[in-house]
Order: sequence, then structure tokens, then C-alpha cells
Amino acid sequence: MSSIPVDAETKVGAAPDLAAAARAQDLAVRLDGVTKRFGNTVALNDAWLQVRRGEFLTLLGPSGCGKTTMLNLVAGFLFPDNGEVFIDGALVTDVPTYEREIGIVFQNYALFPHMTVASNVGYGLKARGVAQREIAERVTEILAMMKLAGLEDRKPGQLSGGQQQRVALARALVIRPKVLLLDEPFSALDKNLRSAMQIEVKEIQRKLGVTTIFVTHDQSEALSLSDRIAVVSEGKIRQIGTPQEIYRRPANRFIASFIGEVSVLRARLERIEKSEAVVQVGAASITVPAGPLAGQSPGITVDLFVRPEQLCLASGDVALEGQVATTVYQGDHVDLYIDAPAAASTRILMRLPSHDRVPGAGATIGLAIGGHDATAFPAVES
Amino acid sequence: MAQPRSGRLLFWCGRLVVVAVLGFMILPAVVVGIAAFNAKALLSFPPQQLSLRWFVNVFTYEDFQVGFRNGLLVTVAASSIALVTGAAFAFVLDRYTFNAKRVVEGLLLAPLVVPHFTVGLGFLILAAQIDMSRGYGVVILAHVVLVLPFVLRSVQISLSNLNPKLELAAASLGARPGRVLLTVTAPLLLPGLFSGWLFAAILSFNEFTASLFVTSQQTQTLPVAMYNYVREYADPTMAALSVLYIVATATLLAVANRYLGLGKVLNVEHTR
Ligand SMILES: Nc1ncnc2c1ncn2[C@@H]1O[C@H](COP(=O)(O)OP(=O)(O)OP(=O)(O)O)[C@@H](O)[C@H]1O
Ligand SMILES: [Mg+2]
Repeated sequence: MSSIPVDAETKVGAAPDLAAAARAQDLAVRLDGVTKRFGNTVALNDAWLQVRRGEFLTLLGPSGCGKTTMLNLVAGFLFPDNGEVFIDGALVTDVPTYEREIGIVFQNYALFPHMTVASNVGYGLKARGVAQREIAERVTEILAMMKLAGLEDRKPGQLSGGQQQRVALARALVIRPKVLLLDEPFSALDKNLRSAMQIEVKEIQRKLGVTTIFVTHDQSEALSLSDRIAVVSEGKIRQIGTPQEIYRRPANRFIASFIGEVSVLRARLERIEKSEAVVQVGAASITVPAGPLAGQSPGITVDLFVRPEQLCLASGDVALEGQVATTVYQGDHVDLYIDAPAAASTRILMRLPSHDRVPGAGATIGLAIGGHDATAFPAVES
Repeated sequence: MAQPRSGRLLFWCGRLVVVAVLGFMILPAVVVGIAAFNAKALLSFPPQQLSLRWFVNVFTYEDFQVGFRNGLLVTVAASSIALVTGAAFAFVLDRYTFNAKRVVEGLLLAPLVVPHFTVGLGFLILAAQIDMSRGYGVVILAHVVLVLPFVLRSVQISLSNLNPKLELAAASLGARPGRVLLTVTAPLLLPGLFSGWLFAAILSFNEFTASLFVTSQQTQTLPVAMYNYVREYADPTMAALSVLYIVATATLLAVANRYLGLGKVLNVEHTR
């Protein structure tokens, strides 16, 4: 599943429509066709992005696709070769960072090591010339909110990873930024702490209603935290939508295989009816969204992308037959890896609740596809 | 759990080697240290009778007093000039890319491969041309050239240890470049700057070869005065002076360690 090419046709995220322009006041951040090159590398290639006020938007994509570059353009750490950047409706393409009123949390927090927690958090207020008394009040208030009360006089070196992260967040939030930028802030934390911090950040973000752009290459993190996800690859935004839309209606092969786990089956296109298409897979016929198959003629071979939880055991008119290669117990569910010669993927992954009767390794089984969440794309020759 | 005999033998041999090497490292200092207390006017070892008379001699010998004052003057001036110049160059080399970068860096580090007597001789010839061979100027200049590479390196290491994200974070919080420099960059570079200065000062104060060429009777530094002394006398005064040198340097480092941490002072700690 590693080298599935990106649909060249996909236009999602490109060219702003008129309705969106009318809602311009609701936009906290806008990237209009930005391009950024580093020597011969094109980090961003005509990228369009619109972030609504108050939303938690995630930039998700593989390493090197340009996520950090996009964030740096919003922050003003970099300037685009082409295109414009807007924050709160104002053109800021050439405005330096210190006038943009943004908050940012880096992966390793970048706390000032020579300052106390209180000075770190108060830094932005002091730079703005806020009165000493008000600084003290606002710092105390945000530290209490971040559960950091009592740590005011510590240096960053005397804090745990989670505490450092909270300080970094407090420092960014206390200035009431127009947009909060988070570049993989959780990747330095261990697993338990990470999920605790994710929930906390999400709660605080909702409470303050601060527009947030979050960068990650962890798709489960993106699915669980975001109001909307923008999937980035090769310097472009490929699809933007709610986690459900991205997961259930991926716009192209790349997104279908990058988000969540997926197996690819061979199928034949029967017919297209308005927004739905019917494909024949094995002895079963199922409906899929017509979008990705638009313009294709019946009879062609298509690749059918199915999620592990969409597959179920069946007999009779099955979609596919195969042999269980391995079963992996995961607590609440069991993963079954299935060898199926007729499929496009070498191994099919299906997921059963662990209280079900699970066939053992070596068993020959029939599979059916349930629900309406499978997606088909024209097959590519490999 | 009985160890095999060969294993035990190896273990003790290993210990012996370690102790021997460590002992060898401090042996010269120990021998000289003891010789300094000899009551006789001999550099013999071990001394038969003990006395502090050579220490008294160190402090009362006039050439040493002059040499110490000259040395201090040259050291402070040379390492301060080297610090300002070196820090400026290190900053430019760290922050900007330009064509001649390699060449500039190479030239700045060149004194590391040029022998000290060459530097001394060079300055002597130049100084004679423009008639400044009698003054402090040429001595200080020669020392600046010799210690500059060390200052440069020291500041370069501190700069590369400085997380660039800190400056970005400060800017994102609304700090203008000047404020970022004063509140973030400078405070974090201070230990590196100080260690560079300290290194330069110790090197400059001990520098002999080049100083021999460029100093005169009036401007001679302590090592040159010491050299002139041993050409005439062979008593333990030199040993006494060595003890004072060691004590002074150790005290300096101990103080620096107390306030900055030796790891930071010697710039061997990676803080990032
Ligand atoms: N300062 C730079 N100089 C040269 N190339 C750069 C620079 N910054 C980024 N690039 C290149 O631009 C592309 C996009 O980089 P970017 O850092 O935005 O990726 P990313 O999506 O954040 O990846 P990751 O998930 O690994 O952080 C990469 O090919 C990268 O090598
Ligand atoms: Mg990145």
C-alpha cells in the first residue's frame, strides 16, 4: 500500500469559491495561492487554505510535505515567493512576526531557559508594554487555568515534559493571539501523557475559542482532535473537511491510504447513477460514491478501498474468499490478516470485536462488505 | 562467584595503569611544587630543608613585578579586543551565508597553524617599519592574533548551542529584534562569551614565544621576565612562581565554576 500515486485530477482545496469570499469576515487565516521554494525544492506549490474563526484545523500529511512551511508562513518566519497571507482579514504577507499577534508552541517548547515560569509566560505582555500589575494578574490567571499554580519561580529545566508543554501553551495564550499555531507539540511526550495533553489542549482551545492550526503527521491524532483536517501532500492541500468526511469520503487514493488503515480489492464498475456508482466485487455488488469515478465507462477495473471494520464474515454471495494468515489480539478487538489472491493488496486486514467467534489461522473464510463507506478509484497499472 | 585468576590479574593491572597515568599527569606539578620549598638555592629534589624564601623573592624581584603588571595589561586588553572581534565574526559566520565564508573562517583560524615565533617575528618586522616596536601596541596586537581563534571557536560553539527557536518564540510573542537580542540572545550567550574571554586571558598571560620577539625591557610580560631570570639564576624561584601560577589559575576556574558551572565555562556542555 506504500506507493499509491496521487490523483492528478483532484481539485479540492483549490480556487476559492464566491460563497467563501462572502464569508471572508469569518476567516481567521487565509493562504491565497502561496508558493515557497527552497533552492530547487518546492515546499509549497500554489496552496490555498481558509481557516474559520475559532476552529481547530489540522494540517496532516507525510514528512516533508510542507506542513511546517505553511505554519512558518502564517507565523511570518518565512515569506512566500508567490501568493498572499491574511490574518483576521488583514493582508500580512510582508508584516514581520512581532506584529502578527500569533501564539506558537514548538515541538520542544522553546521555553527561555534563563527565565522563570512567570517571566516566560509574562514575556509577551511585557513586550507589549502591559503594566506590571496587569501582567502579574494575567500570568497568575493563565497559570491557574493551566494547572501550573505554585510553579511560578521554577526554571524550565526544573519542570517535567508535560509541565513544560503547559508553560509553552500558557505563554502563547496569555497574549490572546489571533491564531494559535502548534507544530507537532505532542511528539516529544510519552504515550499516556500525550493523550492526556491532547484532551487538555482541546478543552482549553474550546473554552477560549482560539483559532488553532495544528500540524501533525499522526493521523489518529488528527482524527480525534480536529474540527477540520486539511490533508497536505507534495506542497498542496489535497482535501479539507471534517474528520468524518476525510475518513469516509477520501477524495483520492493517497488520502484513502494515508488516513486510517485500508485494504485494496479488485472490482468492476457496473454503472454510475447520479452520485452513486455500483461496483461488482466477487459475487457481491456494492454502492460507492460516484465522484472519484466520474467519466469512467462501465466494465473497467476499479480499486475498491475498504476499512478493516467494514469487512464482515459471510457465506453465500461473498465479495472475497481468503485464508486467515495471522490473528492479533488487541484487547477490545482482534485484527485478522487475510491472504486473498484475488485482491490488489497482498494482505487484507479485517477487524472483529474480540467477544465474537474469531476464526483461527489457516481457516478459509468468506468476506462481505458492510455499510456504505467503501470508496472506489480507477485502477492504476503497477 | 569466584573470578578466574587471569580476570583478577587483568583487573589489578588495569587499575595500576589508570593510577600510573593519572599520577604521571600531575607528576611535574607535584615535583615543582615540592622543589619550591627548598631552603637551598638549588633545584634539587627532594629538598632537605624547607623555606618560603623563594616565594618572598618572587614578590620582591622587581622585573617580576613589572612583568606581572605588563602581563595583566596586555592580557586584559588583548582578550577584550579579541572577544569583541571574535564574537562579531562568529555571529556573522553563524547567521549569514556568503561566498567567502570558508575563506574568512580559515583566515581567522590560521594562527592555530602558524608558529608563535613566526607571528612574533612578523610583528617585530612590521613594528620596526612603522617605529612602534617599543610600545605596548604591538604586544597587544600580537596577542590578539594568537588568541582570536580560541575566542572565535568558543563563541561559535555557544551560538550553535543556542536554539534558534527561542528567538522565533520571542518574536512571535511580540518582541522586536532589539528586544530579542537583549532579553534572549545575549543572556544565553554570556557564559560562552565569558569562557572565551577567560580562555584568551589564560593563554595570553602565559604566552611566551611571540612575546619574546615583540616586548622590550619596558614592556616585557611575566613569562619573558621569567625567561630572563633563568638565564641568570638557577634557584627555586621559578618553582615558587609555578606554584603561584597553579594556585591562581585553579582559583580562577573554581570561581568561574561556582558562578557558571565549569561545563559551561569550558564550553563542553551541550545545552540544546
Ligand atoms: N530551510 C530550508 N531549506 C531548504 N529546504 C527546506 C527548508 N525548510 C524546508 N525545506 C524543504 O521543504 C520541504 C517541506 O518541508 P517542511 O518542513 O514544511 O515539511 P513538513 O511537512 O513539516 O515535514 P515533517 O513532518 O518532517 O516536519 C521539504 O522537502 C524540506 O526538505
Ligand atoms: Mg514539520
